Amino acid sequence: MNLYLCAVVVVLSSGVPGLFLRRRGGAVAAVLMSLGALLGVAAALWVLAGGPVQVFALPPTPMGAAGLLTLDPIGALFALPVFLLSACAAIYGIGYRDDHHDNVRTLRLFLGFLAASLAFLVAATHALPFLLGWEGMAIAAFVLVMTEDRQPEARRAGWIYLVCTHTGTLALIGAFALLFGATGHWTFTALPRGFAATGLGTALFVLCLFGFGLKAGVMPLHLWLPSTHAAAPSHVSALMSGVLIKMGILGLVRLLSWIPDPPFWWGATLMVAGAVSGILGVAFALGQHDLKRLLAYHSIENIGIILLGLGLGTLGKSTGHPVIQVLGYAGALLHVLNHSLFKGLLFLAAGSIVQAMGTRDLERMGGLGQRMPWTAAAFLAGSWAICGLPPLNGFVSEWFIYLGSFRALGSFRWPWSLAILAALASIGALALACFAKAYGTVFQGLPRTTAAGAALEAPPTMLVPMGILAGACALIGLAPVLVAPALDRVVAGLGNGASLQPVALLGNLPRLSLLALLLLGLALLLWRWLRPLAPADLPTWDCGYAGATPRMQYTASSFADGLVGGLRWVLWPKVHGGQVTGTFPVDRPFASHVPDPILDRAAAPAFRFLALGATLLRFFQGGQLHIYLLYVLLTLLLLLLWMVV
Amino acid sequence: MSQSLLPTSIPGMVQGAVHLLTLLLLPPLLPGLINKVKAVIAGRSGPPVLQLYYDLAKLSHKRALFSRTTTWVFLAGPIGTVAAGVVAGLLVPFGHTGTPLPFEGDVILFAYLFGLARFLTVLSALDTGSSFEGMGAAREVTFSALAEPALFLGFAALAKASSSLSLSTMLLGPGIGAGRIAGPLILVLVGWTIVFLAENARIPVDDPNTHLELTMIHEVMVLDHSGRPLALVLYGASLKLLVLGAMLMDPLLPRTTHAWQNWLVFYAGLGVLALGVGLVESMTARFRMTKVPQFLIAGILASAFAFLLLLV
Repeated sequence: MNLYLCAVVVVLSSGVPGLFLRRRGGAVAAVLMSLGALLGVAAALWVLAGGPVQVFALPPTPMGAAGLLTLDPIGALFALPVFLLSACAAIYGIGYRDDHHDNVRTLRLFLGFLAASLAFLVAATHALPFLLGWEGMAIAAFVLVMTEDRQPEARRAGWIYLVCTHTGTLALIGAFALLFGATGHWTFTALPRGFAATGLGTALFVLCLFGFGLKAGVMPLHLWLPSTHAAAPSHVSALMSGVLIKMGILGLVRLLSWIPDPPFWWGATLMVAGAVSGILGVAFALGQHDLKRLLAYHSIENIGIILLGLGLGTLGKSTGHPVIQVLGYAGALLHVLNHSLFKGLLFLAAGSIVQAMGTRDLERMGGLGQRMPWTAAAFLAGSWAICGLPPLNGFVSEWFIYLGSFRALGSFRWPWSLAILAALASIGALALACFAKAYGTVFQGLPRTTAAGAALEAPPTMLVPMGILAGACALIGLAPVLVAPALDRVVAGLGNGASLQPVALLGNLPRLSLLALLLLGLALLLWRWLRPLAPADLPTWDCGYAGATPRMQYTASSFADGLVGGLRWVLWPKVHGGQVTGTFPVDRPFASHVPDPILDRAAAPAFRFLALGATLLRFFQGGQLHIYLLYVLLTLLLLLLWMVV
Repeated sequence: MSQSLLPTSIPGMVQGAVHLLTLLLLPPLLPGLINKVKAVIAGRSGPPVLQLYYDLAKLSHKRALFSRTTTWVFLAGPIGTVAAGVVAGLLVPFGHTGTPLPFEGDVILFAYLFGLARFLTVLSALDTGSSFEGMGAAREVTFSALAEPALFLGFAALAKASSSLSLSTMLLGPGIGAGRIAGPLILVLVGWTIVFLAENARIPVDDPNTHLELTMIHEVMVLDHSGRPLALVLYGASLKLLVLGAMLMDPLLPRTTHAWQNWLVFYAGLGVLALGVGLVESMTARFRMTKVPQFLIAGILASAFAFLLLLV
């Protein structure tokens, strides 16, 4: 545990020297963060490899009990991506802006603060440190989102985020109070059998689902997520999408680990939430033109996949099917790790593109694959993994969930797992379409603007972190056996004490590796056969037309038009202009976009209405101190009267 | 591990070798057969049955041309199609002859390998920057979003009926095609026939022979390939025809006593399949593009009804 705490302290202080240095603050921060990350990863791997669970008791608090930090396998699994992505983000951050730019020092300071809060949070097994870590994370993330605070978009995103995260914290305080009522202390422990079925248990589940779901970005509660991810600096987006939203999943996993007998409807609710998030997340991603908003909606989709796995595991646990339980939970937990890796990779690559281009608009890009080959390869690896295609890591975690739901086909009274299968298959096909669109419009074809034609490759400090993450994706994809023992330990923490079968056996992992290697070997052989290649010195053969221009290419919108049109009953795309009339039509402007259903269509109008009502109350808040004192006096008098009567 | 990684017995190895040879050498015959059937029905003499072999031999000696717009991803499509097709072909049984590498859950890998091939083909089409190829790529991903659920619902129905997750048991296990599974099986096969026609770019979804690139899906995505990459594209397409065709036929093939008889039955089945595809192509016209989604949704419904029938 000392190792882990050292790591937290080093990470926390990583941005401090940069405050006093005139130059090279970013490099110092990156070195410190990497050092801390090495220590932290070592501590987490030690626990995951079967080392003893590490406990650290904080001094007694005014709340009565001692605060507690415990690095158990669940915490260690979540700690891995925290440290890995923090280090990658810090290295990447060296090249973000030069030291004299407004908020770069603050950015580095709070990046360390965010990483330390996250690392503290994953090990917290007591309500007080948990909430401390939770709030530290929320505030650090708020400051980081506001880095570009001269842009109204960033200010709005930060503000929405702040409101949402505090609403979620409120629900969590309620949940922990319930927990205290049930167990009598603030430390996280297993709840008694039968508690989950009571009214209090239901209230606990609903509060946790709301509070943690808001952080994770589950579909109706995702309203803060797309704009925040789009407005933050890209390495911050990577950290937020990769690990911050996973803290919501961590909370749900912790909750499930306390409950020995979850009711059936818990699993069903998680599953339905997962299916809704997954399908709607990818559907809305298809409609986006903003590269980072597109990736943000994919985070919602992947949270959906994780919830599908958690729901499946919970269904298995509540009906006494250990195989389904193991496969569901293993898939969900591995997907937590996998999504951190490939989404971190995608956001870092997107950051390089945004820096090279100065815009996030897909329709202004094109042809970057020739000018930024390494970034393109990194983005392709990330897309490949996120679509769940073999032989990368995304396939392995979806593989577990598929296996579990196929096995569960005959196990429940209703065909719940058929819904999981159908949801996963549709998500897979739509994600493939969406990433074909993103990669195709950004990196392929001809540059659509002069900026795209003049883009330069990112510096090595930005490429190295992408390389590390892509390597991790390939490693887990080709040799999933390596992570299987760790998964077994984490899944055991979610069980109810019964012995469970190892996932490597259930998932046929050696056979999977063999076939993945075979696929790779075949591809290499064919590549050899195609060489040597002739030089590329011809125009594209556009059916005999040799004068193709960038304007004639398919755009991102036209590529997705078929699917967006087919899904218009949920997406409600807005289209402006584009009507041509007459035999010789003149130029007409055309624009289409897909607004967010919750934020733009429900929450924003509702809050505008509330704000209107609140102006009526402004009469009472005139800004004069003596009037306020009068209010205090009146309130006290009223309370006194109430006590007397 | 309870299963060994590779077949160990001598007959198993021989079967595996025949499977591999069939998988690698037979595919180009199928398009030739289909075209012959179509030609005979239309009263033409048509190209030789072995035409695709000649084409492949010719193309592998030709120089490939590349557009200035392309990157290495342009080659990933042809390579990925063939590599994924071969690996998928090792998972699917060719009649009752045993599969070289069966394991629990191979069905998921099987489906995702085709997903991989599709992803890479679409990317290599977009790599050219041609509007025609963009059009084909957009259609491909749109229609496959409907074909994928149909395929998986069919797998779900067969997995429930056979209580297995391995293609060889799901398609050929004892009791498949008999008793109360017969009805759902017919519905699954109807759904899969639609998937088969769509995935292989056959009429009525797509027409490989048209000369109007605006109306095509698969062929328009590979317009810019030439030489050896084009050979891989053509070979990959025929490989897919064989592998998905085997999946579609397997439940219908009778089991015989000897291994060589099983192989004969399988080859005869392929002949019947080619005949069937040729007949469909001779008798129907390609759908309007807007009709294709409805056709594919019919496939989803057929598979979903199959599952429902298994529940009652």
